[in-house]
Amino acid sequence: MQIKELQDIASQVRRDIVRMVHGCKSGHPGGSLGCTDILTALYFQQMKISNRKGKGGYLSFKMEGHDEDLFFLSNGHISPLFYSVLARRGYFGVEELATFRKINSRLQGHPTTHEGLPGIRVASGSLGQGLSVAIGAALGKRLDGDPRTVYVLMGDGEQQEGQIWEAAQFAPHHKVDNLIAIIDLNYQQIDGPTEKVMANRDLKAKYKAFGWNVMEIKEGNNMEACIAGLRKAKRLTGKGQPVLILLHTEMGAGVDYMMGTHKWHGSAPNDEQLAKALDQLPLTFGDY
Amino acid sequence: MKKYTYTESKDTRSGFGDAMTELGQSHPNVVALCADLIGSLKLDNFIKNHPERFFQTGIAEANMVGIAAGLSISGKVPYATTFANFGSGRVYDQIRQSVAYSDKNVKIAVSHAGITLGEDGATHQILEDLAMMRAMPNMVVINPCDYNQTKAATKAVADYHGPVYLRFGRPVVPVFTGADQKFEIGKAWMVNEGTDVTLIATGHLVWEAIQAGEKLEELGISAEIINIHTIKPLDTAAILKSIKKTGCVVTCEEHQANGGLGDAVAQFLSENRPTPQEYIAVNDSFGESGTPDQLMEKYGLKAANIVAAAQKVISRKK
Repeated sequence: MQIKELQDIASQVRRDIVRMVHGCKSGHPGGSLGCTDILTALYFQQMKISNRKGKGGYLSFKMEGHDEDLFFLSNGHISPLFYSVLARRGYFGVEELATFRKINSRLQGHPTTHEGLPGIRVASGSLGQGLSVAIGAALGKRLDGDPRTVYVLMGDGEQQEGQIWEAAQFAPHHKVDNLIAIIDLNYQQIDGPTEKVMANRDLKAKYKAFGWNVMEIKEGNNMEACIAGLRKAKRLTGKGQPVLILLHTEMGAGVDYMMGTHKWHGSAPNDEQLAKALDQLPLTFGDY
Repeated sequence: MKKYTYTESKDTRSGFGDAMTELGQSHPNVVALCADLIGSLKLDNFIKNHPERFFQTGIAEANMVGIAAGLSISGKVPYATTFANFGSGRVYDQIRQSVAYSDKNVKIAVSHAGITLGEDGATHQILEDLAMMRAMPNMVVINPCDYNQTKAATKAVADYHGPVYLRFGRPVVPVFTGADQKFEIGKAWMVNEGTDVTLIATGHLVWEAIQAGEKLEELGISAEIINIHTIKPLDTAAILKSIKKTGCVVTCEEHQANGGLGDAVAQFLSENRPTPQEYIAVNDSFGESGTPDQLMEKYGLKAANIVAAAQKVISRKK
């Protein structure tokens, strides 16, 4: 896929995100916008996903995902992004995005398998659990002789959870090298700047010391940089170490007034703010 | 009173370990995880026979539960093992989100439950796990009574798709149920038919209930004894049938009175057939160090306590 086309998808996904959050007057736009480029790059370029179609012409989703790359979202609060990418990729209809966080919806506040939404393999929202689940899925692929890769996205605030470090210790010890973990480094969390709330200090040095192969994507909101970084990460798999990408992003990327602050971590725009956001995000594939 | 005898005593955790050895052969998708307690969980043979299907997580139970959830995605049937204390409260949220809410086919298989863990003391003697796991939607909760039943339960849950909390213990206890018995999840086992009082017991206390039944018989009281190995889903039909006959009940468990088997029975009966009930359980207290037998006695979980409770509850019948 051409870079321009991926950028167009990302623009549409960003429109979905602000519209979904506006539609239910809740949710987490900041981190969703910040990770839009990497998730678009993963689902529309990097990951091998079965294109077999099932009911209604949507992608036929198989929980086990044999011979597919798998993605896990550990920081489940950026669910608007996840749902939009899954819908735009063809797992379900984009019109369903309008039900986000509303009663009787499959699009719960945080992602879940419980309502049977295709594309989701585990619930997340209570932080710190996704890396462990991804490691388990990677071990499953190893047992099955399945050569595909498992991806997991985490937040940087989430690195404060203890379970992350249990998992970080496990993966190199067991040489889980079909795993690419990504940390969204936007240096923001609900209560303020991460360095002020609870400094993560040098995550690169920490993960290296734990035995990971650590690389960076310095421009995490640049599609070309995301694609190049993911390609590089893929080349680092299969070498006896898990791979970590430190993804530098801007919370709220694409909407000027949401950038550079933690204020939009978990709040929704009003009508006027929505219009202002949409003005900055070109309509490319049609709103839901 | 039906006669129960035993020729040997064994720990229930050995029933688990021996079942895992068999599952290793019969079920290629069964995998095991352990948080630095291989010997206690009797996993040595499984690991020796299938090293690639075992994952040592070190002392990191939260990660173990998450990895088990991940392994189940590819169709594996993971048994995540540790002490009951570290496989319940310590990892409640991991089990809740990554396993139960996510409907993952993970078996939380835990040993050293209750005060019969003994000398290690209250830090390790979980007496709240049945309550926690009962409260969790989508969770099956099993607490078998001896070596043979634990072995049968361990094998049975491999063929059930969904999260299971399987709880067993450390000490050797009489083996009085049949080898190669059929284990049906959620189906109570009628230990003895009687008419005056129903004794509903789970885990190690089933044997105490049997001994109590024999003593009650000497006193001219006919006790019906039911082994509830599956606390959730509860075999309410078997309980109701018995209560209609006896009109009173003593529930027996190595667990807090709050939220365990007794409360499960009381919840059902209060809505369907209010019945005088006495609890044999730990009364809102932590345990302590001691031998299993000393602790059972001090905390009132012995056959003699069941006998006294039975007499009391019979006197409460109108």
